[in-house]
Amino acid sequence: MTISDKLRAKFEETRLDNLGIGMRVAQEFRDGDYVNIGFGIPSFAPSFVPEGRTVILQVENGVLNCGGLVPEESPQLMDHDLTNAGFRPILPLPGMSFFDSAQSFAMIRGGHLDVSVVGAFQVTAKGDLASWSRYMIGGKWTGILGGAMEVTIAKTVVVAMEHISSDGECKIVNKLTLPLTRKACVDMIITDVAVVEVTPRGLVLTEVAPGWAAKHVQEITEPQLIVSPELKEMQLG
Amino acid sequence: MALPKIYDTPAEAVADIPDGAVIMSSGFGGAGGRPVHLAVALSARGVKDLTIIEQTMGVLGLDLLGTPLANMAGLNVPPDYKDLVDLYVNKQVKKLITPVIPIAGNPTIVEALKEMIGLDVMEIELLPQGTFAERIRAGGAGIKGFFTAVSAGTIIGEGKETRVIDGELCVLEPPMRADYALIRAYKADRLGNLIYRGTSRSYGPIMATAADVTIVEVDEIVEVGELDPEVVVTPGIYVDRMVKVPPPFWTYNELCIRGER
Repeated sequence: MTISDKLRAKFEETRLDNLGIGMRVAQEFRDGDYVNIGFGIPSFAPSFVPEGRTVILQVENGVLNCGGLVPEESPQLMDHDLTNAGFRPILPLPGMSFFDSAQSFAMIRGGHLDVSVVGAFQVTAKGDLASWSRYMIGGKWTGILGGAMEVTIAKTVVVAMEHISSDGECKIVNKLTLPLTRKACVDMIITDVAVVEVTPRGLVLTEVAPGWAAKHVQEITEPQLIVSPELKEMQLG
Repeated sequence: MALPKIYDTPAEAVADIPDGAVIMSSGFGGAGGRPVHLAVALSARGVKDLTIIEQTMGVLGLDLLGTPLANMAGLNVPPDYKDLVDLYVNKQVKKLITPVIPIAGNPTIVEALKEMIGLDVMEIELLPQGTFAERIRAGGAGIKGFFTAVSAGTIIGEGKETRVIDGELCVLEPPMRADYALIRAYKADRLGNLIYRGTSRSYGPIMATAADVTIVEVDEIVEVGELDPEVVVTPGIYVDRMVKVPPPFWTYNELCIRGER
């Protein structure tokens, strides 16, 4: 489903930015959680872990308990031997550990992670995820497959994404048109305009961004949303 | 296995790699851990029809209208970054086995890669990264295959032998080996014991086990007894050749140059 220009203009004007999405995602982390963070929008979340909670980050290139991104104003802290899965420099932490990639994926595939925050191209009402390819070359789907299929084995999978694509297409869809990453793996979708939970009854809209009403979120969402009786405004702090 | 031989230059360390060789290259994406000196030396020899096995197609530093390809794909590399890009640009790669083709659905990147390196005619096997890592581990450890639920029921799993285990559909994955592994490590002793630094460890320890000939570029080669045996990551039995190299061609800034951090 393509979104009308008018609706798109409203969306562009009032949606949360990536930092805002990251702030909301970080509230899902519980004290003591082991969390894997994908690159792109998810990578903003670790900077906003609520005070008083200890969250251990797992980065799939082989580090546990690392810090967030090195701030751009502190380039002297950048170290090419300490980067995240999107190859951006991250900060060291006391209690950090390093391991090789087979160990890293044994940890991930073995179901040892509590939360995984992933980006997505499309998600369905059943929690089916498409997150690794939107392009064909020589008749074959190709792109950044990376650890997308493995990280969705975590106990809780949170999608952090823009609600509609840069081409103005719905990303919460009735049926995937892009290649499946994993079936029925998504538990929660946090976007720039809403928080949606994937439940056996269907998609439940629990929060909307400031200035957004449930009906506006529905207009840019293909599957029917069940509006939670406790629907509230997204709190970022 | 014989003790490792120490070479004076990267060029000598890769001098016998023939056309058609299957080559693993260590590192994760676009930062440390890439055997950049060995890769440049290999490319300069003009060998062709190579099969490359690496975590991310090594074209991240490719200059696209003044911006590194990685940064256009929403990833990140340091200024002046270099990886295996010479091998691709000079069309020395016939087949690539990797989890990451860094195009991110960006048409500019796709067109550039088609034109500059023939991405559309290259044979590519895309693997989930955990499967990729475990196939290398299996290749080095004498495991003749394993079943995993990862990729089962997706286009990546199509054509693979399947079995239901514990109620889950699984695919059979074979082991993966190479003729040569090119590895970057931080420090070695003369017996070939290796330690790595930070997230640059990634694929070094498993690729070192899975090739007929393992060639390592390191910052420093120390005397036997100088590495703490409690922290050795790759035992020397896996290492055939070593060469001491200067820091990578690129750095984030002057303070990042090894030894001064």
